[in-house]
Amino acid sequence: MKAKIYVTLKKGVLDPQGRAILSSLSHLGIAGVEDVRVGKYMEVRLKDAAPDDARRLLDDACRRLLANTVIEEYRIEIE
Amino acid sequence: MRIAVPVFPGSNCDHDAYHALKHVVGVDTAFVWHKRSSLEGFDAVVIPGGFTYGDYLRCGAMAKLSPVMDAVRRFAEGGGPVIGICNGFQILLESGLLPGAMMVNESLRFVCEYVHLRAETGRTPFTGGIAPGTVLKIPVAHYQGNYFADDATLAALEERRQVVFRYCDPSGDPTAGSNPNGSARNIAGICNERGNVLGMMPHPERCSEEELGSADGRRLFDSMVAWLKEKGK
Amino acid sequence: MKEKPVTLELAREHGLSGEEFERVRAILGRDPNFTELGIFSVMWSEHCSYKSSRIHLKKFPTKGPRVLQGPGENAGVVDIGDGLAVSFKMESHNHPSFIEPYQGAATGVGGILRDVFTMGARPIASLDSLRFGRPDHPRTRYLVTGVVAGIAGYGNCIGVPTVGGEVYFDECYDGNILVNAFTLGVVKRDGIWRGYASGVGNPVIYVGSKTGRDGIHGATMASGEFDEKSEEKRPTVQVGDPFTEKLLLEACLELMKTDAIVGIQDMGAAGLTSSSFEMASRAGTGFTMDLDLVPQREEGMIPYELMLSESQERMLMVAKKGREGEVLEIFDKWDLDASVIGEVTGDGVARIRWRGKTVAEIPVAPVTDQAPLYDRPAARPEWQEALQRNPDPASLPVPADLAGTWMRLMSCPEMADKKWVFRQYDHMIRTNTLVLPGSDASVLRVKGTRKGIALSVDCNSRYCFLDPYLGGMIAVCESARNVACSGAEPIGLTDCLNFGNPEKPEIMWQFRSAIEGMAKACETLAVPVVSGNVSFYNETMGKGIHPTPTVGMVGLLEDAGDRLVQWFDAPGDAVFLAGADRMGECVGGSLYLKEVHGKVAGTPPPVDLDHEKRLQRFLAAAAAEKLLSSAHDLAEGGFACALAECCVTRPDGPIGAKVANPFPASVRPDFVLFAESQGAVLLSCPPGKKGALADAAERFRIKMKELGNVGGEHIDIEGVASVRAADLHRGWRDGFAKTLGLEG
Repeated sequence: MKAKIYVTLKKGVLDPQGRAILSSLSHLGIAGVEDVRVGKYMEVRLKDAAPDDARRLLDDACRRLLANTVIEEYRIEIE
Repeated sequence: MRIAVPVFPGSNCDHDAYHALKHVVGVDTAFVWHKRSSLEGFDAVVIPGGFTYGDYLRCGAMAKLSPVMDAVRRFAEGGGPVIGICNGFQILLESGLLPGAMMVNESLRFVCEYVHLRAETGRTPFTGGIAPGTVLKIPVAHYQGNYFADDATLAALEERRQVVFRYCDPSGDPTAGSNPNGSARNIAGICNERGNVLGMMPHPERCSEEELGSADGRRLFDSMVAWLKEKGK
Repeated sequence: MKEKPVTLELAREHGLSGEEFERVRAILGRDPNFTELGIFSVMWSEHCSYKSSRIHLKKFPTKGPRVLQGPGENAGVVDIGDGLAVSFKMESHNHPSFIEPYQGAATGVGGILRDVFTMGARPIASLDSLRFGRPDHPRTRYLVTGVVAGIAGYGNCIGVPTVGGEVYFDECYDGNILVNAFTLGVVKRDGIWRGYASGVGNPVIYVGSKTGRDGIHGATMASGEFDEKSEEKRPTVQVGDPFTEKLLLEACLELMKTDAIVGIQDMGAAGLTSSSFEMASRAGTGFTMDLDLVPQREEGMIPYELMLSESQERMLMVAKKGREGEVLEIFDKWDLDASVIGEVTGDGVARIRWRGKTVAEIPVAPVTDQAPLYDRPAARPEWQEALQRNPDPASLPVPADLAGTWMRLMSCPEMADKKWVFRQYDHMIRTNTLVLPGSDASVLRVKGTRKGIALSVDCNSRYCFLDPYLGGMIAVCESARNVACSGAEPIGLTDCLNFGNPEKPEIMWQFRSAIEGMAKACETLAVPVVSGNVSFYNETMGKGIHPTPTVGMVGLLEDAGDRLVQWFDAPGDAVFLAGADRMGECVGGSLYLKEVHGKVAGTPPPVDLDHEKRLQRFLAAAAAEKLLSSAHDLAEGGFACALAECCVTRPDGPIGAKVANPFPASVRPDFVLFAESQGAVLLSCPPGKKGALADAAERFRIKMKELGNVGGEHIDIEGVASVRAADLHRGWRDGFAKTLGLEG
């Protein structure tokens, strides 16, 4: 089975990359973009398991390695 | 007295730390491969800079899982002096031995240059010989040295005198212009509550000899030696 | 990918001519199959075979008492005494960097580092020579940002300091940027390794990253001109992994401390093919290889792809029979793939197997011995004469505001402070850098000895365009002078020869002339060429770059404590001009002519090689006798810009100077300030050393003139022009980022 993990900076943590992209977009004349937050996207292939078990396992992986919860939050999608 | 320099895959300031300790300061120093799980026989730990695991995922995120980091944690809990420099600081943050996290530099570029630091406290084993208010000239070299912590954590750090170094101008004033990376409150180095674990982005091991442009970094290692001697090591 | 039937047309698509294809058939005694065609096409590409350049490269002096390894290996090696040697090389990564600047530059750094540590040397410093299009070209900012970040990303991560280099801008590079990377390592004299596949029965071992489909035909890409479709070549650009290379570096150096291997070579351009064929060819052996044993990252790769892949961070080595276990153990410690994929044979044939079948069978020696060799027609272009004659210097108007012109030249991106660049490079790691980037040469200490190594990369391509012979000569002289200005003796050089399409007679003439000029200078100065690289086809839509033979010069200081910097030290020091009789009114090819009058024309300043040699010896002697506070040679921007650099590049902040006009009163003021010369150096010394310095100059028959003193708020060339040091410093400091529209 496959899972998708999105790691992004928490709201309130300044994102220098996002800010730079926002300003570049406006320089390019691409108007109407209000905010950009840069994050990480990971695809994980798992041995088949019950969705709840898989979620528990990935939650553990995120907390212990894949995200730094001091500054980041994460979202798990299981397919 | 024996100093450990843990080596992780991708450490690259390990030789510099070794050289400064062994050949400049003149203390017995040994590399410790990251798969070792004991620091038996060592009196202090210097976690060197570098790009452990290529800085992939996050700086220090994977190195924190190495067996040697369990040993470092136990060593720190026992009150042993630990300093993490640059990537070593990032590893200490990721391990939770120090509070906060590192973000990409505000300029979004790597920065390598000499900066000035104001020493804020002599309470750590590495700053005992440096009077608070002293201005040191020490280089930084990093892409992710923009220190972040939430307001409550920052307030607690200040209150408990855990801010050890701040970026400042040559006269000691922590101005915005003297901050090379956007760190909160110009923080360049912090210690744990107890004071025995220090993390800092600037590189004291790179400026421990006059011919390299500054010998101010040596003062941290000299302080450490004096501290250990006092403890009868 | 699918195999295709081999036809002459397919051979042509692979860059082989009809005649070359016939030669392949003659060697094999049959038609090549698809895999074999791929092998021949990369081995005989310009990039790997040097087929258009070999005949001229032979003109370089490559021997000398210090030379331990000349051209032909992964890198050259020069003895520095005390049982130590330095290994160094420079290589281009121009085309990949134009297509994808970050990865192109990063993998360029990775490649040159592998060349050096393959020799057994621990890399201690890199430099980069970069050339971009005009600052206001729409792509320039993007390319500068990407290339600099790529060099930083790779070099900083692997932990080898990038201690300097040069950055130039000219519209001739609009469609063809140059990224030339130089690395130097230190090796024990008795610990040098070479790429030999010797010893029948010895195992052939693959180590490092797994093989993917990266960069297939990178070598042939570097051997053809660009066209509008080049943008579409993006997928063939390799991605660098400096972390893996760091592990590879440490593992290889650990392995080389044992005697378990007999030879080792980097898998660079043309990957597995060139490394295996070159190693066997040097040893006069053959080999078998089983491609199923090659660690693979992608599925379904065919032999053609496996043999031609340019995946990065891989090495091929030959171990002693029975010792492969030790090799595999060390690589396992460093979490790297390593696999025995074949063995050395005695019959001189390469037999490559895949899925139980032989998929290529090629005699090794003829692939290199019978590689095409061309003496391509060379002819001086008709326009050269007119270019040199134009303009009549007398016809140029004298600028009304000389001080303003001076400020303008010092803040143009060619002259301005490159801190925006150097700040992104970790230039201090390994704690050897004694003179940081920004002086004529960077100086490193060699730990465990008193010695210092001075490094400079240099080329004035305007001079080479106007007169390739003289320009080539100047490239060698100037880089040697740069290291001499740091107090060092030049002991060897490497080069990166960047030219246009060699099938055009005018380009071949530029190439031949530049080499002859360089060779002449090398002979007189007794500096051997120990390694190098040729990059042809630097053309886009028929428009070539200026000929750019970049020189990487290595100098030795017996005592690093004698090192000099280019900037003035203290107020009250006396300022001298050494080589005062070398000053001329030449504005041909000058920065002044280009920036102020918009012309690249005329003839470059003349060179006196005998004087050059004496001047450089004088500098080394004066440094060793500790007579000098600083030394800086006159180059782009002439007397005024050299003086200004002595004043403003000082790390402790700018300082003024008051000096006399070194020219006769009849010389027009703009030429006094900005005319360029070869063989003049600005020196400063404490007043108490003046007599001893004059004596030393006398000893080497160097004409020296005392001009004035360091100090004051102004940089003042009496009676000609004066500027405030602080103002000029500001313009110089901010000029680079400002002109390029980069954030400071």
